[in-house]
Amino acid sequence: MVTDNLPIKQMAPSGGFGTSSAGQLLIEAGRIEQQYWHDLWRYRELFFFLAWRDLLVRYKQTVVGVSWSIIRPLLTMLILTIVFGKLGKMPSGGLPYPLLVLCGMLPWNFFSTAISDSGNSMVANSSLISKIYFPRLIMGVSSVITSFVDFLISALLMVGLMFWYRFVPPVSALLLPLFTLLAFSASVGTGLWIAALMVKYRDFRFIVPFIVQFGLYLSPVGFQSSVVPGRFRLLYSLNPMVGIIDGFRWSLLGAQNSLYLPALTISIIEVAAILISGVLYFRRTERDFADVI
Amino acid sequence: MSETAIVIENLGKRYVIGKRKQGVDGMRHALEGVIRSPGAWLRSRREAKLRQVDFWALRHVDLSINQGEVVGIIGRNGAGKSTLLKLLSRITVPTEGRFRINGRAASLLEVGTGFHQELSGRENIFLNGAILGMTRVEIARKFDQIVEFSDIEDFLDTPVKRYSSGMYVRLAFAVAAHLEPEILIVDEVLAVGDAAFQAKCLGKMGEVAQDGRTVIFVSHNMEAIRSLCQRAILLDEGRVRADGEVENVVADYFARLSSSSARQLTGANGLVIEKVTLKNGEGQETRQLCPGEDLIVEISYNSPCRIELPYFLVIVEGIHGKCFTASMLLDGMRPEVLEGAGQLSCRFKGIPLLPQRYSISLSIREKAHQSEIWACKDALSFTVKTDLKSYGYKGDYLTHAPRSTSVVIPYVWELPDGTTVPVGLTIPREDSH
Repeated sequence: MVTDNLPIKQMAPSGGFGTSSAGQLLIEAGRIEQQYWHDLWRYRELFFFLAWRDLLVRYKQTVVGVSWSIIRPLLTMLILTIVFGKLGKMPSGGLPYPLLVLCGMLPWNFFSTAISDSGNSMVANSSLISKIYFPRLIMGVSSVITSFVDFLISALLMVGLMFWYRFVPPVSALLLPLFTLLAFSASVGTGLWIAALMVKYRDFRFIVPFIVQFGLYLSPVGFQSSVVPGRFRLLYSLNPMVGIIDGFRWSLLGAQNSLYLPALTISIIEVAAILISGVLYFRRTERDFADVI
Repeated sequence: MSETAIVIENLGKRYVIGKRKQGVDGMRHALEGVIRSPGAWLRSRREAKLRQVDFWALRHVDLSINQGEVVGIIGRNGAGKSTLLKLLSRITVPTEGRFRINGRAASLLEVGTGFHQELSGRENIFLNGAILGMTRVEIARKFDQIVEFSDIEDFLDTPVKRYSSGMYVRLAFAVAAHLEPEILIVDEVLAVGDAAFQAKCLGKMGEVAQDGRTVIFVSHNMEAIRSLCQRAILLDEGRVRADGEVENVVADYFARLSSSSARQLTGANGLVIEKVTLKNGEGQETRQLCPGEDLIVEISYNSPCRIELPYFLVIVEGIHGKCFTASMLLDGMRPEVLEGAGQLSCRFKGIPLLPQRYSISLSIREKAHQSEIWACKDALSFTVKTDLKSYGYKGDYLTHAPRSTSVVIPYVWELPDGTTVPVGLTIPREDSH
């Protein structure tokens, strides 16, 4: 069947990978890198589609639906307030304890759910990985986006609580987006590390809840950093979440929570290191995902 | 002027088999090993690396596919077809070599990639489309066409988990069908669905081919390959063995089958098929028959478990596709039980086949759900060889016989002058003029 003389229909190509007719896609053993960043841009909508999917599924499956994002932090806050505030009698620097606790919980919940979901994302989507191409980085990051949406909803709870206590946040609240960005980066970096490790070592999934549980007690969620004795302060500050949570508290709740600059500096450096190394490690192991998963 | 759509140079993919794979306890063992005795652990890793077995699924593949070509890729199981598709689809990366793609390419290795059971049909259309690489705007634009093609308008907002399997497949294919890439790479997705659906899929792919797009199609279905493709490539053991006109390559495929015997495969329940033999009417083992002879397919099995009332299927296939079948699903003449070692055979009376190459495919299913216990496509092949003249064929174009439809049912011409001429492939006539 000869089709040389038939004009090729004016095609508006859609879907798929590759480039427009003018360009060429070259895949060569050992030199895969170049296309990747270009592909991340081309597949950018997938970041939100996958997050949208996870959110939809989650809310369709639970009876309470969207309100779960408010009920959960509310309950945790109540429990922590009772345990640390009333029973443990932790000092709160003159602020209502619930405010203190919720403010610490916002970034911590964001971080912990983000890394759990992100870490699991490769294995949970193994059928996608073996059947279709898209930059896998998108899956790791979209889980963080899903947790971020939860974070935003919980932030509404925080606003509600501030109204309740007639509390007006100081000007430093304008810096909150910066700390949020720090938390986001920490989540992405750690999430990518765990995701890549999970594919290679399946039993990592037992370690993650352990880290999260442990981290909750090592991070200033139920207590303020000021209760940590001076000689341990630096060691304690090695936990990157310390700097982030303290930052949240400082910007949102005011000068009673002084910002311990060394902690913040350590956090920033650690987060940058985790993010960069996370992306690199993920990229290096990603090419073997489909073969191993 | 047709440009090249895909150029493949020296492509190779190596898989590592061996104890290197970590398994569930990987990290724990790794940590234990390192902590207990770092030296021993390092040594054991080095040894494990030496013990690794390399398996080249694909090697030294050089191909060039032009824009607008419709190419079929055939080969037996394990030949490397899926690996080639995975490489071209960028799901896995090459170990050696490289390839260039000119234009937008999309892969269909499975229908319904990314479908989520809890989401409605509408939501899944967007999700699936996005995963396949369409933007939200494109999907919205084609939404109505997709819904129409899939025929699930009434169920658009119900969760997909409530769909019947037929609806599921139709919807999944509908999204994929509206991809419109310049290069389409398709795996045996047509294996799912009922006959009507498969016809629809083939039709759609035919349309895509007519549009001047490049299509790469992997299939075991020779009929589909013949009807869609102008060019076929035969892969065997990871290398390209033939490349050219579909007819020739398909014939080559059958030729290669005859040089190997059915591998011993173990099915479910430990059923082992030890041997499959082909015999002629006189009981002699042979791979060459004459038209009109009896064909006996003998299966020697060994079943450690008791298998009750299984279904056996013996399918004879030719270059045009399936010729005829002996199916216990239809005739119901099942053996009571398969236990221990035994033998079952099927005798086809007077095979009405033209001189061509054929293969035998087998399938054994269990009684409850008709699920396959054992199957082997193209387990054996045989040829039919004869001089058609001795069957009364007097035509001038007997060279067409290798390409004509394989099965000949006896027929009678009633000519205008009143004479009746019977034609058939039963017993050779003594008189040959």
